[in-house]
Order: sequence, then C-alpha cells, then structure tokens
Amino acid sequence: MSGRHDHKVVASVAEALAPLTDGMTILCGGFGLSGNPEALIRGVIERGVRELTLVSNNAGNLGKGLAQWLRAGIVRKVICSYIGNNEELHTRMATGEITVEITPQGTLAERMRAAGAGIPAFYTPTGVGTVVEHGKETKDIDGRRYILERALRGDVALVRAHTSDRFGNLRFWRTARNFNPVMASAARLTIVECDRLVDNGAIDPDDVHLPGIHIHRIVHVPEHENAFEYRTVRKRP
Amino acid sequence: MTSPALWSTEDMARRAACEIPAGSIVNLGIGLPTQVADYLPEGHAWLHSENGLLGMGPFPYEGDEDPNLINAGKQTVTILPGGSTFDSAGSFAMIRGGHVDLAILGAMQVSATGDLANWAVPGGKVMGIGGAMDLATGCRHVIAMMQHVTKKQEHKLVRSCDYPLTAARVVSLVVTDLGVFEPTGDGFRVVELAPGVTRDYAQARTGAPLT
Repeated sequence: MSGRHDHKVVASVAEALAPLTDGMTILCGGFGLSGNPEALIRGVIERGVRELTLVSNNAGNLGKGLAQWLRAGIVRKVICSYIGNNEELHTRMATGEITVEITPQGTLAERMRAAGAGIPAFYTPTGVGTVVEHGKETKDIDGRRYILERALRGDVALVRAHTSDRFGNLRFWRTARNFNPVMASAARLTIVECDRLVDNGAIDPDDVHLPGIHIHRIVHVPEHENAFEYRTVRKRP
Repeated sequence: MTSPALWSTEDMARRAACEIPAGSIVNLGIGLPTQVADYLPEGHAWLHSENGLLGMGPFPYEGDEDPNLINAGKQTVTILPGGSTFDSAGSFAMIRGGHVDLAILGAMQVSATGDLANWAVPGGKVMGIGGAMDLATGCRHVIAMMQHVTKKQEHKLVRSCDYPLTAARVVSLVVTDLGVFEPTGDGFRVVELAPGVTRDYAQARTGAPLT
C-alpha cells in the first residue's frame, strides 16, 4: 500500500494528466495570462478529454492560455469572475455552446478556500442586492444581510509554481501566485507545473509558500512563454 | 450658451487624489481611477491590487517589465520597497475583512442613496464582475469616478440606478468632470464645482436634486 505522497515527480505532462476523464471539473490557476500552467493547459487538449467544467478567473485571453480549450470545444461550462475581451468566450457564450457562471472574484477565491478547509458554505455580504443574490439563501446577522455561498471543489487542479521541491513544497513568483495556492487546496488531484525543480531541503521550511500536502503530481517545465497582456512601461529618465 | 471648461480626466484624477489620507491603503479600480496614482506624493499611501500585491509602484522602465508582475488590469507594474505579494484568497480577505481603507472605482451610475452600478450595461456585452463587488462591499470607503453624463447626455448621477447594481449604499463621494458630489439619500450635495460650471449647468445634467 502506498500513500498519495510517494514519487510525485512524473516524467511528462502526458503522464501527469493520465487520470483525467471526460466531464471533470478542473480548477486552473492564473490571473489573466500570468501564472498559467502553460504546458498542462496544452496537454489537456492533447489528452483528448471533453465536456469539462473549467474554473478560472478569466478563462484565457488574446487567444492564449485557456482560450485554447474554448477553441478546441472541450469545455461545456465556465465558472469565472471576468470575461473582458476574451472573444473566444463571448462567442461561445452567445451561441450557447458554453454556459458561463460569473462569480465575484473574492467569492470565487473564498469558495475554493472553503472547499480546501472543509467548510461547506459561508456567508458573505458581497453581491447582496445584486444579481449574484438570485436563487441563494440569505440571512441577517447582527443587522446586516449576507448571502450563503457554497464551497467549490474540483476533481483536478492545474497550478503553476516558480519552484517546487520533490515533495511539492512550492514557491511562487510575484503576482503569478494569484489563484494557484487556493486551487491547489480545493481539488482531489492537484498537479503542479514548476519552472524549477529542487531537492527536498533546498527550500527553507519558513520560505515555503504552499506546503506539499496539497500537491500530488509534479512536472518540471523549464521553458514558458509568459505572455504579456498589456505591456505598460515608462521612459527611463 | 457657451460650454464651461469641464475638468479633464487629469483634473479629475488630481482632485480624487486629494481625498486619499496619508498612510492609507487604497485600491484604484481599472480605467480612470488608475490615473489617480500619478498625483499621489511619493510614500503618501499604499496601493493594493486585488490580484495579490500591496505596495504597487509605477509602470516599469522599458526593458524591466515582467509578465508575472501585473496589476488587476493586467498591466505590467513594479513593487515599491516594503511591498508584498500574496494569493487571491488572502488578497480578497484583506478587502472583505475591511483592511483596505479606500477604493476609488469607475462607475456607470451612482444613485442618491450611494448605490453603485459599474459592471454591466443592460443589453450590452457582459464583461464580468471581477473584483468590483468585493471592493465596493468590503472597502471602508468608496469613491466613484466617472464622466457626469453619458455620450448621449443621459444622467449618471440618478435617483435610483437602472443598471445592474454592484453594491447598494456604498459610495460616499463622486468625482466627475463637473465637480465633486456627495450622495445624501434624496439627492447630491455639491462639494465643489469645476471652474465655470454653474449650479444650474450641473443640475440640468443630474438626475436628482443638487443641494
């Protein structure tokens, strides 16, 4: 018998994604195109699974990242907070090919945090008096109204880290952290794509951003596109 | 009747910056409010970006830009000394827990009771909610920034919003190209008018009584 925390490092994206099946709910880290598990995103298309429910803040943009899943026709539902100029999603939402559930960004993060922490639902004031409240239970607590929001759990989480050790202790880079840690905690199977893979002990325990208890498979991908969405600069003085 | 000189977006940003107390934590919404940062003295306030950044600095110098260091509008930015990065759940816990002092947000409509509508146009393309509802609900104070009327000259300061709401009774001040206005419940109190803008001119462009 072996636990889920032996031999997590796998040799390829294909091996990492072998357990995926049609109809799964997949949590995918990233904010816009920052902090995306780029190789795992491409690998899911090659894996050939379909009818997926995708949980992502933006579901890609500029035709890149998760927009590739939308174009490949493998997604039936998207749970996200923002669509913006993601034309792949706008067109498929308009034709009814994809159902879209739009959630406030903080509620989206907290629903997954709750799932990861064993909390089935929680009250929040975000969305009270708006369309977000429709069809949900509400409760007055100490004179203020709150909406009951339910935990959001995934079958699989795909996340991106800057550095992982062989146990899956992770460190992230700048704002590439975003939804990655909370998604990692909220899925039955979490796969990390790391830029750097180091031996256990190479990351000081006090410097771990996300403990490896949340990680089940590790795939080392040294090269990434890291696309810019809006490259904004100022002139040097 | 000649048109008065209305405030430019730079004037609006400069005026909104005056509302930021020293040493406060501020979230500047996407679009117009982002410009407010240009008028803050160095070290005056800490800028929070909901994708996971506190202590946000200006755009990077050419050649220094990092696609994994961005603001909530997905623009490349920098981090100031003393800044920190964190995950989305932690970032929104700061917002929802009332730790962010002030949000300055773009708006489509603001009502006399301080209701904010800024995420969807009825019948228009759905852009999404993003962090707007969390910011409007969770930050301790909310200032709205917008043009006073639409391009079709429709009122945006109104008795009650007919656009989908972002949050109810949250806006404490509105900065427009005509001046600064405070929702009072029945209408809007005129705090300041842009040079040359008369009260009658502003009233004709406002959907609730000015006091």
